[in-house]
Amino acid sequence: MATRSVIPFGPQHPVLPEPVHLDLVVEDEHVIEAIPQIGFIHRGLEKLVEKRDFNQYVYVAERTCGICSVGHGWGYVSATEKLLGVEVPRRVDYLRTILEELSRVHSHLLWLGLLADAFGFEALFNHCWRLRETVLDIFQRTCGGRIILSIMIVGGMNHDIEDSELHAICDKLDGIKRDYREIVDTMMNDVSVKNRLCGVGVISFEDAIDLSMVGPFAKGSGVEHDMRTTGYGAYGDLDHFEPIISNECDCYARCKVRCAEVFQAIDIIKELVQKIPNDGIGGKPKAKVAPEGQAHVLIEQPRGEAFYYVRGNGTKYLDRFRLRTPTSQNLGGLVRALQGVDLADVPMIILTIDPCISCTER
Amino acid sequence: MGYSSKSPWLIHYDGSSCNGCDIEVLDSMMPLYDIERFGIINTGNPKHADIFLVTGSVNHQNISVVKHIYEQMLEPKVVVACGICACTGGVFRDCYNVIGGVDKAIPVDVYAPGCAVRPETIIDAVLKAVKILDEKAAKMGAAEKNR
Repeated sequence: MATRSVIPFGPQHPVLPEPVHLDLVVEDEHVIEAIPQIGFIHRGLEKLVEKRDFNQYVYVAERTCGICSVGHGWGYVSATEKLLGVEVPRRVDYLRTILEELSRVHSHLLWLGLLADAFGFEALFNHCWRLRETVLDIFQRTCGGRIILSIMIVGGMNHDIEDSELHAICDKLDGIKRDYREIVDTMMNDVSVKNRLCGVGVISFEDAIDLSMVGPFAKGSGVEHDMRTTGYGAYGDLDHFEPIISNECDCYARCKVRCAEVFQAIDIIKELVQKIPNDGIGGKPKAKVAPEGQAHVLIEQPRGEAFYYVRGNGTKYLDRFRLRTPTSQNLGGLVRALQGVDLADVPMIILTIDPCISCTER
Repeated sequence: MGYSSKSPWLIHYDGSSCNGCDIEVLDSMMPLYDIERFGIINTGNPKHADIFLVTGSVNHQNISVVKHIYEQMLEPKVVVACGICACTGGVFRDCYNVIGGVDKAIPVDVYAPGCAVRPETIIDAVLKAVKILDEKAAKMGAAEKNR
């Protein structure tokens, strides 16, 4: 009988820039069980809401995660606006949606690069990150920051992005689209990539529902769940929006979904730039205190649905801020996907979930 | 002496950062900023590494991990605190689980501020770290001779 042994994976591991610890119980080369241990990046930033007033807290909320910072900022400010009863101009919704889709492009490029790195495709890794720089350049030109943008405030935007700049973004996106198609064709049509991804880490449709998975991880298992279909922000004004799903349920399906989402995001941005209204960018709300009450907002992050909840208590400090991130939803699916796989496939499966640990642990 | 400054190897550990600085650390090794032109290689093995890049503050869970990686590295070694969280705790310094900057756990040689730290700052900090590495190596060599 094969003996069981436990292999620790992480927290310091070359394949992931972030610390996550997994105890892999293996029998020969097969993983029997994966036990995650988290908390290495836990800061307790939800509690910080008691020390920063609701205008200041935007900057903390944005720093939940460096990759999805646009979405976190947006989620927090729109939940607070709902609590305060502030209506923002449509232009603000459009600008936020455009920035969110740009961050989806850069997040998926980053993920594709890391996946290629895990394969040993060093050149593709570099190409993906080189392409990603174009998006970061756009952020820097329009918002001032490369990673943390800090352009959103409660009640609107810090400053406007002019129409000429928006059209320049579209031109740059054409270049990204061309280069990205080359990269995706190289990656996804490669025989060795298919050999390593097809049929690996299968999560069935039923499992995906049972484990309440979200984002491309669930969409790769055929679950048609995308918060953008609810039409928040400017998504409701799109002519046509349909979430991208794939029914193969394996690692390859998840990759296919993410690759297609980049093209979709580029199309969304271009459409929104054509339609953007010109009705101001709002400003700080007049209310100095947050009223008693509660509000919540759901947003589709690059990694899936995120939930933001705020509760006011009649002071300038909020009573509670709660954030449920996509990766914490997907950890259950990750543990299930790792059962019974070969040890060599573990990095691949972890990466196709695209975990964002600092969101998860906050 | 000074040979290690021609090809210092990096190790990177994410303390409790928001990911922004980690991405920028990786980014500085990518084609645009290309820190590897200084002979630098990113390694995952602490025993191979000369320069330790830490992003993010230390908390009660990861302080032992940071210390352990530092102890495993061989002398001479240099620590670079990347990002304002690693320098002082930054925007999260008032959080209940944050102890403070990395210097609460291990001695830090170079502080690279910024939120998120820019790749240019990282390159500057690493080049400063290389000089310190040389000085440390020279001191070790002198101590060896005197023995």
